Amino acid sequence: MIRIERLKKAFGTKEVLGDITLTIKKGEIFTLIGPSGSGKTTLIRLIDLLDTLTSGAIIFDGIDTSAPEKGRLAIRRRMSMVFQKPAVLNTTVAENVAFGLKFRGVPEAEARGRVEKALDLVGLADLAGRRAVTLSGGEMQRVALARAMVTEPEVLLLDEPTANLDPVSSEMIEDLIVRINRKFGTTIVLSTHDMIQGQRLADRIGVIMGGRLVQVGSSAEIFYQPKGKEIARFVGIDPITGGRVIENTGGHALIRVGTTCFEALTDLPAGKRAALVIRPEEVSLFPADTAREKSSVRNQFTGRITRILPSGPFVRVSVDSGFILVALITRRSCTELGLAVGTHVIAGVKATAIHLIPDQE
Amino acid sequence: MSEIITGIGQAINLIVTFDPEVMHIAALSIYISLSATIIAALIAIPMGSLIHFHDFRGKRALIILIQTLYSVPTVVVGLVIYLLISRSGPLGFFGLLFTPSGMILGQTVLIIPIMMGLVISALSGIDRSISDTLVSLGATRLQEIVEIVKEARFAIMSAVVLGFGRAIAEVGVAMMIGGNIRDQTRVLTTAITLETGMGNFALSIALGIILLIVALIVVVALNLITASGMSEDVQKIAGGPHG
Repeated sequence: MIRIERLKKAFGTKEVLGDITLTIKKGEIFTLIGPSGSGKTTLIRLIDLLDTLTSGAIIFDGIDTSAPEKGRLAIRRRMSMVFQKPAVLNTTVAENVAFGLKFRGVPEAEARGRVEKALDLVGLADLAGRRAVTLSGGEMQRVALARAMVTEPEVLLLDEPTANLDPVSSEMIEDLIVRINRKFGTTIVLSTHDMIQGQRLADRIGVIMGGRLVQVGSSAEIFYQPKGKEIARFVGIDPITGGRVIENTGGHALIRVGTTCFEALTDLPAGKRAALVIRPEEVSLFPADTAREKSSVRNQFTGRITRILPSGPFVRVSVDSGFILVALITRRSCTELGLAVGTHVIAGVKATAIHLIPDQE
Repeated sequence: MSEIITGIGQAINLIVTFDPEVMHIAALSIYISLSATIIAALIAIPMGSLIHFHDFRGKRALIILIQTLYSVPTVVVGLVIYLLISRSGPLGFFGLLFTPSGMILGQTVLIIPIMMGLVISALSGIDRSISDTLVSLGATRLQEIVEIVKEARFAIMSAVVLGFGRAIAEVGVAMMIGGNIRDQTRVLTTAITLETGMGNFALSIALGIILLIVALIVVVALNLITASGMSEDVQKIAGGPHG
């Protein structure tokens, strides 16, 4: 649907996006995740043809978008965008939703029906006559969504649509996004700094960091097999660095970190430096007196608990075994195991749960 | 003090009896200043929009020049227009000197800068996200400009009201271009000057009160227009079709 080739964007001498190549498929939900200021908004604005790129190309449905303004307008009218901070004009909700239709010269009678439908979709039919500026943030964002959908776009672009909203409104917007995608087959490109949201919504995820697209893949790939340490940290894992592959027989490898040896599955040959990425939810904890042989878990380390951090219904437990392993366990298990800072435990990780990243240092 | 009280009494008397001369002076004041306001608005709103929506070299300097002209003395405008339309001036053949038309011309020139400047700041007050939204919704450049002007309608109306205020309250242009000729170019401000000079303080106060009442009526009327059908008017002024 959209093909981006070697795209670069600079403001003055400052390059904000560099060498981005990406294809967005028809009908998918594609999420751009990355920290604030990494260039997500810039990329989405470029896709919506609100700004011009410095070099490279954006091909929309086979059409090069570097056309003169008239051609760009025609392409832009096949898309819609919802901004992070919704801007409503000082008119009624219905008039706000009708703008796209008015610009396209849709007859008023037909427009009225379509506006009604769009407002119905976002559950705001009752507020059609209200002045839009009096709405709450969540309602405004829903108006923005209705306004974007009323023109039946082929591509819907959403720039951090829930960044300024409370959890209830966020959930409502997320539900709507998925419903729109399923019901109308609209291709959706969404940016967010909330990686969990990206994971919830996306068919595919692209990670942008420092203006570069550093990884594209399914949410499982991004979250379990991040390509670099920075990406790992962004998706919530602090990688264990300083490892070296000391043996690899048919993909089954031994990695030494300090005085400890890990078993893991990897293609990295012996001698390579590597960082280990272990998702906290893959780490299990046992009381220190458990007989090791009883468990099928290959990697087991005795360590001392250095920190216990509540995280919703879970707790993040940091275990120091010469390196720091973080385990995410339920509050209940934490209590049942009688864990506290200073307690000795055995931390276990399956060989299949360890992902290795080549490490330069 | 007694003059003020007498003046108020006299004002009420002149108003309720529809004193023909006072009514004529008041009507001429409204006619001249309102005409100047309408003509100035028809020039200042499109010109202000043109300046706001285009980037060009010297834009900043032009805006500073316009803002400087807010405080141009009325007598300076009067002098310049006088020189232009006097019999020997370049526009002398129109015979505008000492006519209401000449006064309208002078007041129009006087209030264009302040209206244009305030139109520009009214449009600058519309957040950039509004124009982004309009463009992303598929607006052409013209559709975008029309919607932004409509969005700024209240601030633009204030610019127009302020222009009217400056026009009806000024005395320099009216005196120099109109000449304060009885029954022909005498307006409220020039009449007040004259009557005060002759020591008729009570009549001056009466005329001053009438001036304020006239201003009140016009401002209320303009506000009512803004509240109702203003959006359509602005659209016509901006010269854009609906969709």
